[in-house]
Amino acid sequence: MSTIPAPKRLTLRPGAWLVWGAVAFFLLILLGVVGAVVVDSFGTKWFDGWLPSGWTSRWYGTTWREFDLGSVLWVTLEVALAVVVVSLLVGVPAAYALARRAFPGKRVLMVAFLLPILIPPITYGVPLATVLYKFHLAGKLTGVILANLVPAVPFVILVMTPFIEQIDPKIESAARMCGASTRVIFTRILGPLLVPGMLAAAILVLVRTVGMFELTFLTAGPDSQTLVVALYYSVSAAGIRAQQEIDAMAVIYTLSMLVLLVAALRFVNPTQLVTQIKETD
Amino acid sequence: MASVAHPRIALRHRLAERGLDRTLLLLIPAIIFVVALFIYPFVYGLQLSFQPQPGSEAVRRYGSGPFADYRDFFADPYLRNTIWTTLKIGLPAALFNVLASVPIAYRMRGRFRGKRTITTILVVPITLGTVLTAEGLLAFMGPAGWLNRVLMDLGVVDHPVRLTHNYWGVLFSLIITGFPFAFLLTLSYLTGIDPTLERAAATLGAGWWQRFRHITLPLLAPGLGITFCLSFVLAFSVFPSAIMVGDPSGQTRVISIAAFHAAFEQYDYPMASAIAMIMGAVELIVIGAVLGWRSRLYRGATGGKG
Repeated sequence: MSTIPAPKRLTLRPGAWLVWGAVAFFLLILLGVVGAVVVDSFGTKWFDGWLPSGWTSRWYGTTWREFDLGSVLWVTLEVALAVVVVSLLVGVPAAYALARRAFPGKRVLMVAFLLPILIPPITYGVPLATVLYKFHLAGKLTGVILANLVPAVPFVILVMTPFIEQIDPKIESAARMCGASTRVIFTRILGPLLVPGMLAAAILVLVRTVGMFELTFLTAGPDSQTLVVALYYSVSAAGIRAQQEIDAMAVIYTLSMLVLLVAALRFVNPTQLVTQIKETD
Repeated sequence: MASVAHPRIALRHRLAERGLDRTLLLLIPAIIFVVALFIYPFVYGLQLSFQPQPGSEAVRRYGSGPFADYRDFFADPYLRNTIWTTLKIGLPAALFNVLASVPIAYRMRGRFRGKRTITTILVVPITLGTVLTAEGLLAFMGPAGWLNRVLMDLGVVDHPVRLTHNYWGVLFSLIITGFPFAFLLTLSYLTGIDPTLERAAATLGAGWWQRFRHITLPLLAPGLGITFCLSFVLAFSVFPSAIMVGDPSGQTRVISIAAFHAAFEQYDYPMASAIAMIMGAVELIVIGAVLGWRSRLYRGATGGKG
């Protein structure tokens, strides 16, 4: 690539300006959407005018106390970590079997694993919530975790299968030739090789679970709301609370998501990830 | 072990030759999981939708036959129209997201400085989630928001444009959350196309439009089909933003609101399941049509990766 100069003579064409203009316009709108929330959360009063009439940070304190955000964040963390751990424990072995073996019925199984991602959460969320209520699991932390696992496990399988496919099976055979048992192969040979992929899958599942609204909303009870559901309830109860408190909560949510995102992007290149997922079907 | 012609070992060998061995036991937790938490609830919902709840509207109108809830859905315009409302929001949003991402991704397919930064910024809206986007739209595009102020100061309009609590608010929220996703997918399909093909065409004297129209676009089309399907799934299941920035009892009463209303406000789970099943069916019809069109396209080894 370094010897051939890339064909980059289109930079000053009107088409280029149009495209970059569109990107800039989109980013400007995005900045406005996020900025309006952030500015309002620090303002004393903002009815009319470009900016609030004064600045304060007290809304963060009141929103933290009134919505009991400490316990909400704790629930969010509990749900997200439980979903990550269980989805990896269930998903990675399945991905290994799918990557290494061709067997009758594999295509059917792949479709069954893909459907929870292709069907919108509300469609299966309503029957799922009905079943969970029938078994008295919904409204509790267990129900929320179970519901969030439904898209998480297929997601882990989808990310890990191509990752395991690219690990040369000869390494395992060589270890077996040298007398390693199955347990040793998994802990000493495959484990270390799988860590980067598992880390990527774990962080993506974490981001998706923290951001998942529909399934948590359908199954959560008063004590098992995650941050995004608490935010939704505070918005729909607007009028009782000051708008700035809701915006302060939204900023807290955005910040926690941004931290996760920045962490995720250190391990995962988003464009490559999508290509890898694509290659499985 | 192999010296004795034991029938059990022979069977195990024959199975192993067809790919069935103990490795497949690793699949069992995942299979139990999918059956218990996805297939069983789905089947349960399906059979529940054929057992209308005694005393519900549907039973009073159409008797307690198995199809009462479905008949009620299609006879009641307030319920039936949610399908069109959802499609009217979901299809344009998905189409716009895919079509807008093609020129931008085409421009950004090469390597240049700052590409990673721009990709990162574009991923941010995915993490914002629908709730925060809706909240931001209310503040930004509301009657006293920054957007209306700019428009009025520029003299484009003389009174605030109504962009929230109606169709446009929901459409904007779907574009803001959906576009980055469509863009990332399109970009990854585009970078998967072998760049030497285009260079060969350029050597033969093809202009950029000819190269795009006859080389890149045909190879990209299958990927665009998949991108459209996934964007449509996201847009079709619009729920929180339709309530928050939309007009949930009128213009943007989408099908997921109807399902939620039936389940958790009327406590009519059979009706809610019926609506959920109709929702899934409509979505799969659209996806099936797109994938059917896609299967007629060229999907060679040279790129596209679709």
